[in-house]
Amino acid sequence: MNIKEIQDEIVEEFSMLTDWMDRYSLLIEMGNELDNFDETYRTEQNLIEGCQSKVWLHAWIEDGRIRFMADSDAIIVKGIVSLLIKVMDDRSPDEILQSELFFVDKIGLKEHLSPTRSNGLVSMIKQMRMYALAYKTKMENQ
Amino acid sequence: MNYPIEDIRKDFPILSRPVNGRPLVYFDNGATTQTPRQVVEAMSQVYYEYNSNIHRGVHTLSNICTEAFEAVRQKITTFINATETREVIFTRGTTEAINLVAHSFGETYLKAGDEIIISGMEHHSNIVPWQMLQKRRGIQLKVIPVLDDGSLDMGALQELVSPRTRLVAVTHISNVLGTINPVEEIIALAHQNQAAVLIDGAQAIHHTKVDVQQLDCDFYVFSGHKMYGPTGSGVLYGKEKWLSEMAPWQGGGEMIKSVTFDHFTFNELPYKFEAGTPDYVATIGLGAAVDYLQGVGLDAIHQYEEALYAYAFEQLSAFGGVEFYGTAANRGSLISFLIKGIHPFDAGTLIDKMGIAVRTGHHCAQPLMDRFGIPGTIRASFGLYNTRSEVDALMDGLAKVRQLFG
Repeated sequence: MNIKEIQDEIVEEFSMLTDWMDRYSLLIEMGNELDNFDETYRTEQNLIEGCQSKVWLHAWIEDGRIRFMADSDAIIVKGIVSLLIKVMDDRSPDEILQSELFFVDKIGLKEHLSPTRSNGLVSMIKQMRMYALAYKTKMENQ
Repeated sequence: MNYPIEDIRKDFPILSRPVNGRPLVYFDNGATTQTPRQVVEAMSQVYYEYNSNIHRGVHTLSNICTEAFEAVRQKITTFINATETREVIFTRGTTEAINLVAHSFGETYLKAGDEIIISGMEHHSNIVPWQMLQKRRGIQLKVIPVLDDGSLDMGALQELVSPRTRLVAVTHISNVLGTINPVEEIIALAHQNQAAVLIDGAQAIHHTKVDVQQLDCDFYVFSGHKMYGPTGSGVLYGKEKWLSEMAPWQGGGEMIKSVTFDHFTFNELPYKFEAGTPDYVATIGLGAAVDYLQGVGLDAIHQYEEALYAYAFEQLSAFGGVEFYGTAANRGSLISFLIKGIHPFDAGTLIDKMGIAVRTGHHCAQPLMDRFGIPGTIRASFGLYNTRSEVDALMDGLAKVRQLFG
């Protein structure tokens, strides 16, 4: 599935839940299911500090594709982080750079991506794209 | 107790709006209080009926507006029992008032090696201005430690105070812990060492009667928007003996007596510290807020809020798995807590969905969060219009949060 298709799938999954409590419940479940974050990467360098919650993002390259691993101290943020990983992980730099993220908006979680919310998510997305750009430049120069 | 809660709530139209489809429960009064109709009306009256720049013109409107503005100075003087109206300086709020003192007191009295004492529970607004002064003038900054129950280590303060101490700046009521600090004791101790004392009254002024002469503090500062007044209004009270000697901070406008290109002389108190056109509309609104508080009665408010606070504390204790931050004997107005295993951001986000406004996070007091080793707390802060059924709504909300977390 490409970035658009996987987002469509997430939107569909959430659209079946009309009650906000069910939606957040699913988000919390997803947060809990996010793969254990490798403690060696819980570094100052990987920390994206929001005013309200923290996000850690680690990226590496594997066969020309970008891999992400992330975590947050707040479970709702972690739920959204897990969705972002699902969408962005294991893609080529170009795919990430050309992607348009629409799912957060569509599943009614737009407020969490407002810059004033300062939960680290906006910076996390920016950081994902920065990694993509950096790896793209690096690969082109090789 | 016959507290007119129904009538009071009617004075605050915002309280009857829904939020996320539920009736609003507003427990973020520590950040800003809501504004009663009377205050809003006082301000619209300025704009509709007599708006004009103050202290300037000889024309009628300017006179009316000046009189209204100066009447608020008189009102505040009486409200906090200052000796003279010239001891009351209008500012944009608490933060500006502290910055003014840090600048002007620092400029006039402090040199390298002098010491200022603050406490470990200060809001960033009562930390950073002193750190900036530290950089400018090479003064030393010392910090009174906070004990586990959220009270100040008064024994440590006795050790910290020395002949080099020039100023002690502490909060009256902690915006995070709700601790009511023993300010009389702190003031007495500082004065024994000839040090001045600034009290940050932002969280206290609307909860308890403040008498600056009885306290004998040198400076007392507070904001209008935390006492049911408008944003952009605030007060610096200072003893005349300091204010009259202190160098002005900002230049221009009302603070000037005469100007040539070679020279200027500045105006007398209080105008010397009120450069530029002040926010006279907000200040007039602040006057209406004082009227409002006095109309309900600070004693009645205090009693009512105490009872509400006790009820909320009792309910939260009964909820189980709640960790309180701030358990000192003398506390009030707000409760900071965490629910075991739940991040404050998650709890705050979820109860917002239920129309409940609380504050989560570090409350602009990061050093205090570090002290307790937590990322933040959930803070429910109460106002004169809150009710027991709102506390019940909060408890229902928290029960739902816990349910969501399984």
